Amino acid sequence: MDALLAPFAEQYMQRAFVAALVVGLLCSTMGTYVVLRKLSFIGDGLAHASFAGIVIAYLRGLNYAFGAAVVTVVTALGIGYVHRRAKISLDTTIGVLFTAAFALGIFLMTHYSRSSVDLQSYLFGSILGVSQSDLLMIVGLALFVGIVVAAFYRPLLYTSFDPIVAEAAGIRAPFIENVLLVLLSLTIIVSLQLVGIILVAALLVTPAASAAQLTKRFVPMMVISGVFGVVSSVGGLYLSYTIGSASGATMVLLATLLFFVSMGVSAVRRRRLSL
Amino acid sequence: MIAVDVRNVQVRYERVVALDGINLELNAGTALGIVGPNGSGKSTLLKTIAGLVKPTSGTVTVFGQSPRALKPGTIGYVPQIEDVDWQFPASVRDVVSMGRYPRLGPFAQFSVHDRKAVADALAALDLTGLADRHIAQLSGGQQQRTFVARAIAQEPQLLLLDEPTTGVDAATEDALLEVVRGLVRGGMPVLMTTHDLDRASDWFDRLIVVDGRVLADGDPQTVLAGGAYVSIREHTHTHGHLRADHH
Repeated sequence: MDALLAPFAEQYMQRAFVAALVVGLLCSTMGTYVVLRKLSFIGDGLAHASFAGIVIAYLRGLNYAFGAAVVTVVTALGIGYVHRRAKISLDTTIGVLFTAAFALGIFLMTHYSRSSVDLQSYLFGSILGVSQSDLLMIVGLALFVGIVVAAFYRPLLYTSFDPIVAEAAGIRAPFIENVLLVLLSLTIIVSLQLVGIILVAALLVTPAASAAQLTKRFVPMMVISGVFGVVSSVGGLYLSYTIGSASGATMVLLATLLFFVSMGVSAVRRRRLSL
Repeated sequence: MIAVDVRNVQVRYERVVALDGINLELNAGTALGIVGPNGSGKSTLLKTIAGLVKPTSGTVTVFGQSPRALKPGTIGYVPQIEDVDWQFPASVRDVVSMGRYPRLGPFAQFSVHDRKAVADALAALDLTGLADRHIAQLSGGQQQRTFVARAIAQEPQLLLLDEPTTGVDAATEDALLEVVRGLVRGGMPVLMTTHDLDRASDWFDRLIVVDGRVLADGDPQTVLAGGAYVSIREHTHTHGHLRADHH
């Protein structure tokens, strides 16, 4: 019993578990919208864009989360705007703008900074380094995102299914899209410290994609996605502590395992139905 | 009362002129049919009135206001059923309930009236028995009825329907006709595009033929007897046409 509880003994591990719980829940519920709106590429892109903000904040001695938030939100609103105005397809806009922001981050890092060791941890995450103030920020931002999603739950759902009719009926679809992009940016920033830029998109997309295999209704999809998200993040952290692997990668692999299991369950169900 | 006033509207998509100087007034309690060949700008006209497409020049007013300035819930728009992903995780009832969403503020709960509006709309389109079915498991006619039910549940003051009778069975068309005529009797202004000319007199009080402009306008029998639609159909047939309908 003591051995099972060993990971929870240290204070830094307790903080890490709380952070994992919050981030797992936040990413996977936001991920429901990401998957239904086919925005998977945006999650990945926004995470990469945040790197420029982190580097700029690092060079100027500012709070990294603040820098990341500014750059990510501006980039997110930028792609929304360019996409609507210039009639360029969304994936092309993302491909251009987000790689540009990531490149800018690398350029600034290599050009101005001697030691880049700290920045490496943002690429791959460092959940064990979550401080008391980091944790407060994570919980605070997660609460904020949760409240805004609860407030805009219906227009978010309607514009995910049928933005044109929603707009004709008087829902301001571009505004709702911008709200979603800002919330996604905040979600990604909250998650960066846990899994890092490279893997954060998986926490957004994979649990929701798994849930989509198991249910054909929206609310159950969000709930199942949330459960899978928490199992992946908390379970992944526990496992990584026990076997000494990288926490972010372990979380993502666990989420991926759940995805394949869900696919299998769905395939078996369909076969039963057709028999 | 003038419900819809379209004045000298031109809509251009890059090099294609979809609408070129449309003038149209529609009174409350009137069902207006819009016919014209593919690419004639029928759908664009509906979208412009719905405020989804901004005119390049000219003005559209609905109940005296710009469509975007109307109170949420005023315009009920029924698109062609190909326009959405039917794999979306939603039941028939979920989709029809969305009709109420524009009227609900942040954090608001469904009221008794909201529930009743949804139940009534489901019943009106004969969908009550299918309410809990996933939308991917519906026939084309049932999907079309779901879209109309969503618009009805919204309790709009203006109804715009984009080819609701295309590809549906006779029973669905009868159900739609009954619902739309019932709304018109209650004073609702309705605009509807269609290819189906056989029953134009049952559906509409007034019919216009559109091909970028309004070529004929009047009661359905007179317009169809006038031959404007036949002549553009032949024209389209021999010369082909730029498609500007789907934007």
